Amino acid sequence: MSVAKRIIPCLDVDKGRVVKGVNFLNIRDAGDPVEIAKRYDTEGADEITMLDITASHETRDTTYKTVESIASQVFIPLTVGGGVRKIEDIKKLLRSGADKVSINTSAVENPSFVKEAADKFGSQCIVVAVDAKAKTDKENSWEVVTYGGRNRTGIDVLEWTEKVVQYGAGEILLTSMDRDGTKEGFDNNLVSKVSSGISIPVIASGGVGNLDHLIDGVKIGGAEAVLAASIFHFSEFSIKEAKEAMKASGITVRF
Amino acid sequence: MTQIAVIDYGMGNLHSVSKALEAVSQKENIVITSDQEVIKTSDKLVFPGVGAIKDCMEAFSNDLKETVLEEVKKKPTLAICVGMQMLLESSEENGGVEGLGLLNGKVCKIQSNQDIKVPHMGWNQVNYLKEHFLLKDIIDSSYFYFVHSYCCPSSKDALTETIHGEKFVSSFAKDNIFAVQFHPEKSQSAGLQLYKNFLNWSI
Repeated sequence: MSVAKRIIPCLDVDKGRVVKGVNFLNIRDAGDPVEIAKRYDTEGADEITMLDITASHETRDTTYKTVESIASQVFIPLTVGGGVRKIEDIKKLLRSGADKVSINTSAVENPSFVKEAADKFGSQCIVVAVDAKAKTDKENSWEVVTYGGRNRTGIDVLEWTEKVVQYGAGEILLTSMDRDGTKEGFDNNLVSKVSSGISIPVIASGGVGNLDHLIDGVKIGGAEAVLAASIFHFSEFSIKEAKEAMKASGITVRF
Repeated sequence: MTQIAVIDYGMGNLHSVSKALEAVSQKENIVITSDQEVIKTSDKLVFPGVGAIKDCMEAFSNDLKETVLEEVKKKPTLAICVGMQMLLESSEENGGVEGLGLLNGKVCKIQSNQDIKVPHMGWNQVNYLKEHFLLKDIIDSSYFYFVHSYCCPSSKDALTETIHGEKFVSSFAKDNIFAVQFHPEKSQSAGLQLYKNFLNWSI
């Protein structure tokens, strides 16, 4: 046997509450992050990712407190992202109980930050989040976007992911901004191009609307892990149902 | 009251380890400490480690190292991840680092290819080679959470093995030392059971 494919529910947290929007708009309240994390843990989630979507200076302390209370009650890995800009931010998150931190915009603006972070804390806890949008002028080509999708950088996603691997990223959280919130499924073309080009695990994200989408992310996209938010938050499906569906399709999962 | 010292030498996931121990403890006192006197008066030791092995070895000061080496020889000890690797003979990470040599075996880089991703990150099965008190009430081939880029391919002290491309030793047992490559504190119910067994372990 080999390493199991992971299901990672994602909590988008705004001022201490879980929210979920469509294409980062229309945010609706989905509850208390600690309670939701505990429910996912009981249902068999393999990991939990929490993204602080406001990530403003004023709400930062709330984030550390939320991380601390999740980490003291949930004994599976916890990744935290959103607004990670300095070595000090990483140190504080790890001290609060995060196992990994996810770096997004600040990696694009200052790639050496990834290297510095991996050298200091080890690649195992450095996830680089890559938000990708299809290029309008070229097929099968994606560019990196930042600031929650508002800013196109012109950087090619495949070149970027290869580069961050060299800088010491331990994992890539790959979100298709074209699919995020649409419930149409992952952009598996994007996932497979990225995952076959690099040696570190890729987490597919953005667009999950049903359980077949999770299966396709692994089987077609070649992802090591699949991340979803709304299908789990609003109890459309439980993590257990998702795992049973993946297992039935021949994917190795943990029970 | 039984006292468990989680050894703090500046490296490691101390809080998640101690939170998990607290979650299963009945009466034990769990302390995170770098104080040599506290380590000497504790009944059991937990030796964590995260990050690069060279940094871990360097963070481990000479005085503290001497005390820990002395105490590890006589008290039930649980070493985790890089803490486990430090107890072996040597590691090829960071251009070669000498280990503490309390367990048999050497640490090598995991070979990656398109299917075998490195770091080995995620849940994998732990297959028993022998029985041990710390595996009590945990089913053979249970999943535990791993995060590492280096591993020990074989050891005379191997207790369990795991496959990621090649086989490697996922836990070691020798006398009063129990050492694991995986993270029980992140391995949900199987991991918590292992910590419970550690608290109940007497030698």
